[in-house]
Amino acid sequence: MTARALVEVRDLKVHFPIKSGVLFDRTVGYVYAVDGVSLSIPKGGTYGLVGESGCGKSTLGRGLLRLTEPTDGEIIFDGQDIRALSGEAMRRQRRRMQMVFQDPLSSLDPRQSVESLLVEGLKAHGLAKDKAATSRRLREVLDSVGLPASALRKYPHEFSGGQRQRIGIARALILGPELIVADEPVSALDVSIQAQVVNLLEDLQSSLELTYLVIAHDLAVVRHIADTVGVMYLGVLAEEAGADELYAEPLHPYTKALMSAVPVPNPTVEDRRERILLAGDLPSPANPPGGCRFHTRCPWAQPTRCRDERPALREVRPGHRVACHWAEEIAEGRIRPHEVEAELVHPETGPAELPDELTPQAIL
Amino acid sequence: MKPVTQHKIEKLERLAASTAEPGGVSLLRDASRRLARNPVAIVGAVIVLLFILVAALAPVIAPHDPVARYAELTRELTVDNIPGAQAGFPFGSDPLGRDFLSRLVYGSRQTLFVGVVATALGLAVGIALGTSAGAFPGRLGKWLDLGIMRVTDVMLALPSLLLAVTLVAVVARPSQWTVIVAVALVNVPIFARLLRGSMLAQRESDHVLAARALGVRQGAIVLRHILPNSVGPVIVQATLTFGTAIIEAAALSFLGLGDPDINRAEWGQMLGVDGVRYLEVRPELAYYPAIAIIIVALGFTLLGEAMREALDPKNRR
Amino acid sequence: MPLLDVQDLSVVFKRRGEQPFAAVDGVSFSVEAGQTVGLVGESGCGKSVTSLAIMGLLPKRGNSVSGQVLFDGLDLLGLSDNEMRDRRGRDIGMIFQDPLSSLNPVVPIGVQVAEVLQRHQGQDRRESTRNARELLDAVGIPDPDRRLKEYPHQISGGMRQRALIAMALACKPRLLIADEPTTALDVTIQAQILTLLKELVNGTGSALIMITHDLGVVAGLCDTVNVLYAGKVVETTERHRLFAAPRHPYTNGLMNSIPRLDLPRGTPLTPIRGSVNDNIPWREGCAFAPRCDNVLDVCLEGTPPLVDDGYAALRCNNPVSHAQEVAS
Repeated sequence: MTARALVEVRDLKVHFPIKSGVLFDRTVGYVYAVDGVSLSIPKGGTYGLVGESGCGKSTLGRGLLRLTEPTDGEIIFDGQDIRALSGEAMRRQRRRMQMVFQDPLSSLDPRQSVESLLVEGLKAHGLAKDKAATSRRLREVLDSVGLPASALRKYPHEFSGGQRQRIGIARALILGPELIVADEPVSALDVSIQAQVVNLLEDLQSSLELTYLVIAHDLAVVRHIADTVGVMYLGVLAEEAGADELYAEPLHPYTKALMSAVPVPNPTVEDRRERILLAGDLPSPANPPGGCRFHTRCPWAQPTRCRDERPALREVRPGHRVACHWAEEIAEGRIRPHEVEAELVHPETGPAELPDELTPQAIL
Repeated sequence: MKPVTQHKIEKLERLAASTAEPGGVSLLRDASRRLARNPVAIVGAVIVLLFILVAALAPVIAPHDPVARYAELTRELTVDNIPGAQAGFPFGSDPLGRDFLSRLVYGSRQTLFVGVVATALGLAVGIALGTSAGAFPGRLGKWLDLGIMRVTDVMLALPSLLLAVTLVAVVARPSQWTVIVAVALVNVPIFARLLRGSMLAQRESDHVLAARALGVRQGAIVLRHILPNSVGPVIVQATLTFGTAIIEAAALSFLGLGDPDINRAEWGQMLGVDGVRYLEVRPELAYYPAIAIIIVALGFTLLGEAMREALDPKNRR
Repeated sequence: MPLLDVQDLSVVFKRRGEQPFAAVDGVSFSVEAGQTVGLVGESGCGKSVTSLAIMGLLPKRGNSVSGQVLFDGLDLLGLSDNEMRDRRGRDIGMIFQDPLSSLNPVVPIGVQVAEVLQRHQGQDRRESTRNARELLDAVGIPDPDRRLKEYPHQISGGMRQRALIAMALACKPRLLIADEPTTALDVTIQAQILTLLKELVNGTGSALIMITHDLGVVAGLCDTVNVLYAGKVVETTERHRLFAAPRHPYTNGLMNSIPRLDLPRGTPLTPIRGSVNDNIPWREGCAFAPRCDNVLDVCLEGTPPLVDDGYAALRCNNPVSHAQEVAS
């Protein structure tokens, strides 16, 4: 990657207020969904963002596109801080940065035919003036995602999951964007279909010179598609490195645990594998642990420093950044893992809500 | 390895084509197709259609003038004797010597008018309020939402009939419009809340987010995505409301809060005023309007429930 | 005699105004005591319906279930609702994908676990509560005394799944059916739950039917794997054999279409073309034929039989040869 950065995110924060109160909302705290993330994506590159649910990876993707308004930080897109743009100026910039969603059905308006949902973006930017050119553009985009022109008259519910995701990709492509943020682009699809979409994204990248931010929980998918991979934990980057390097030698204890947990479709490998089982659950992002956010579950955590001092994301090797005080010591085997007592974690801090539907116990 | 021969490929294509849908079927058309297969919907639709037909063709169907008093009927008319069925007057007389059947037939017009206008009025105001509350993000939108919702809370807190009675009482001279406005008013908060709720859910949906990511303007997003996807439950509610509006209007007339014009035929009034007064003399005067109200309300309710079912995305294959 | 012997199980959905649809179409497999058997396939392949049919949990209306489900030699499909209810939870436990909707939201966890013990083992309140506490402890729920009194929404997804496992295990069932038990969970939590399941199977000697779409989960957990496609078993074999040489074009296609951490980065993915909806009815030929690269004329002349050659049972006229696989 020699090209300069197309997107650079500096110390981005997205905090959601937790509201409480009967008549008038009162802010009682914040969910620190994204809490100071810096990363940069070179033009034509693919940055993969992995992490478990609640780590803030989706919020980061939306914050980067200002679909969720960030609380603080800078987003430099092609040399310009888009956080400083006014509403209308930002709206005009949107044709340069698009999004592909996880659930292809819910992200397509069920009332719109494929034609109308593709034309909509063109109209919003005043690009649908010439009828013949528009129709040519629609066919061209559909063709590029492998759908026939007959799809134009159909509605989203008439397609299979994989085809719907192709429509979602076509919608993102229609404006000729430079950056595409793909939030879990294959996780809602059947296994046999995932590869079709992954290959399509790769083909489109090389033919259209796209820059990708791919957000996914599936480490194997991210490794396959990304050049650089960032691992998020509770709103911060724990580790970032080239895909090969990261998977060959993860340095952060959380990355190590994550890698060891991924099931591999190879019984011989599975039988021999040593799993690093993490104790307990992810702490609440509304009340993240002080110091290193991972210290409550880290088998390598060392007294006091991990608890007291937040580790900076530092470059320990060229292109390999880790937010761990003891990365070198762990890599060299000077610190051994130890048992961790599981802590109690409550999923919600606010007043708990009951689900809408009361389902009888299915098991009895 | 022997490759697949041509006729086998054709067979594959034929089999594949047989399972594929013809394409271009919108959700609405899909829903109406399912509606047409549902016997409940058909029963409801038939009742509603018959009712509308009767109302529209009342002058043709009704054997007599509903306002005129007929000598055949007034001849034996006393407080203790209201003539029943006789030649030319299959349902007999009303307490003033008018043809009861014709009045019942013409009553459908009044009922339809009150139901349609009251529902439409309530729907229009409800949609306006609900849209204002649910459409706009940001600080201003939040305050608007808060304000409108508290007002609807207050309206919902009052029992509907009480609200209507109060309104009728406030207006010096009751007319059919007081009934219409009262019934409409009662339904405004229901429509507003329903629409706002589904708009809030739509606002957070992925396809709205996708439209924002495309750079579609907020106004267009509200009009093209949020509102059309939110009105489904409101339309269903409107159909159901139609049934209750008829009953509420009848109830107000029953209580004597309706149109004081004695010439106007109206089911609620026929039931409430004449029906109750002469219940022991001729109970049919109460039965027939009551049955008419029940059947029509049932028709709209059945249709509404069937529509709810048809529009429910969970029922789609 | 195997613990569970499913013979020619079929489930046909009949809905008004629609063609009858065979969700499960003549599925046979068996489970030995202490064994873990996998049912693998994508959405719509019938794997979940199979488990519900075994448990007798399919609604009676609109479905017709045929075939035999022999548990210890007794056909479960012939049992009355009451008899089946007694066996569920006592002889056969089940774990579902979504632990939140499988738990009663208004009853504390401890009471829910204790209820199973009261119902099936006739334990009194105090005894069942004490045993419920032990069960929660056994499935690795920290501070079980406090958890007993908490409601499902107060604990995390991983803990809920553990609670559900505790309920399923309460009466030491001889067979446990887990339907996508880790699909809703994160990888690190999935690793915890899979390790727990493995320990439980080894520790108690009960059998496990693992239903999943994740080949990685199968590779680490199952002794025997049944691959399902469009309601039929297309390949059955021991897991090492299956992963070393997947012979059905569908199984082989699945393996080649997933990115794998155990292969070098940059290994191209070879997707299966079309989608799971592009099936043809089995009576017309092999349902997978429209998506298959190995398709022959004979594939469109009726259902290929499931043939066991001692290495694997295979429903295919033109299986992928392993030699060819190595060469390519």
